[in-house]
Amino acid sequence: MIEVKQLHKKYGELHVLKGIDLSVKKGEVVCVIGASGSGKSTLLYCINGLETIQKGEVLIDGISVHDKNTDLNKLRQNVGMVFQQWNSFPHLTALENVALSPRVVKKMSKIEAQEIAKKQLIHVGLEDKLNVYPSALSGGQQQRLAIARALAMEPSYMLFDEVTSALDPELVGEVLDTLRLLAKDGMTMICVTHEMSFARDVADRVAYFHEGLMEEIGPPEQIFGDNPKSEKTKKFLANVK
Amino acid sequence: MNSAGSAFTNLSWVDLIFLGEAAIRTLQISIVSIFFGTVIGIILGWMLAAGNVFVRIAVSSILDVFRSVPLIIQLILFDSFVSIAGYPMPAFWSGTIVLSVYCAALVAMVARAGIEAVSPNLRRAARSLGMGYWQDLRYIVWPVGLRAVFPSWIGVALSVLKDSALVSAIGYLELMRASQILTTKTQESFKIMLLIGLFYFLMSYPISKAGEFVEKKWQS
Ligand SMILES: Nc1ncnc2c1ncn2[C@@H]1O[C@H](COP(=O)(O)OP(=O)(O)O)[C@@H](O)[C@H]1O
Ligand SMILES: [Mg+2]
Repeated sequence: MIEVKQLHKKYGELHVLKGIDLSVKKGEVVCVIGASGSGKSTLLYCINGLETIQKGEVLIDGISVHDKNTDLNKLRQNVGMVFQQWNSFPHLTALENVALSPRVVKKMSKIEAQEIAKKQLIHVGLEDKLNVYPSALSGGQQQRLAIARALAMEPSYMLFDEVTSALDPELVGEVLDTLRLLAKDGMTMICVTHEMSFARDVADRVAYFHEGLMEEIGPPEQIFGDNPKSEKTKKFLANVK
Repeated sequence: MNSAGSAFTNLSWVDLIFLGEAAIRTLQISIVSIFFGTVIGIILGWMLAAGNVFVRIAVSSILDVFRSVPLIIQLILFDSFVSIAGYPMPAFWSGTIVLSVYCAALVAMVARAGIEAVSPNLRRAARSLGMGYWQDLRYIVWPVGLRAVFPSWIGVALSVLKDSALVSAIGYLELMRASQILTTKTQESFKIMLLIGLFYFLMSYPISKAGEFVEKKWQS
């Protein structure tokens, strides 16, 4: 379970998250929507400890992420993250990209790590690209590679930060399909997204972020239905459509 | 006189061997200096890229000194200093120390550029997979940064090889010094300069070719 309690995050003077409360149960899919700059990415960075926080707490399976005694490297093995930019390791083949962290972080043998990598690449539909370098892959393929790379650590949680925003429109579908597959397999996920129909389909709950606050959270029917509780949600969605 | 053909009337085979041995010494002092200079330079470059403000200012001011004082002055100063201080050392070692520091100052800039060439997003992705700081440096920053600045590093290596000629000023018998001795002996200054120019070329050319080869391999 991921628990975010009264989370405050500032970048210098800029107050980006102003007291966020959110808990995500095992197997749940939460989609986060909201305007650019509302603090969605920052929330994800705070959840896996890539950013420090000023106030509040984030607990993952009861372990406090920002406690200075917490082994973040160990914790992150359990919380995969995929970014808007796919960040493929350019000097490694697809197989090596995925096998690297099982090998160096989990200290698996090369063969073991490559077995896992192969399995994950098949899972995201890249079985014919094992020995290809990222420069020869499309954006959609690289993003699926990034998903496989995160899954190879066998995390219990996955964070997705607008993973389709940098893709050409015709490549969005293949990546969303991969996410749908994951959701169906019961992965616990937080997906920041601009794809409203995707959020409506896969989310158990949808959270609307507005200027560093979680304005509203509820099942997709509530958020995308005729009468979301917050006027701001309504206005945002009217503009997106 | 034992002549080596009509083109080198005053130059004997013995003289050529003398030059060849000196060329080997040039290679020796260059390789050792490039090795130490690279190791130290990478550490300094990392301090420049990742250190706090104080570390960065301290390191870059020191490097500024070594980059702006002419190498020949550094060599003579250091060599005299250790003698005056009562610890005279063989010209090879004082030369190696000064050349290494000079090389390190150049490599530090290259290394910093290499580290900065690796995007913060890529490093975040590595950390998000559970890699620690050093694992990120070893498995991501090192290979990605190295590919970005390898040509510049080859350039530094070549300039250290050429600038090692200045070590002649403190009496180390490398190629340049050998040519001066031969010139005095034979009065064939033009031919000797041509000859050592050729020697330097023969040492540099394989290095730059090897560099190009490695680069091509990485690009594919
Ligand atoms: N590293 C940073 N340093 C300073 N300000 C930042 C940094 N990262 C994000 N911000 C600012 O924080 C705010 C929220 O950013 P972000 O979480 O990326 O929003 P979103 O993902 O919702 O678009 C923005 O105003 C952004 O400019
Ligand atoms: Mg964002």
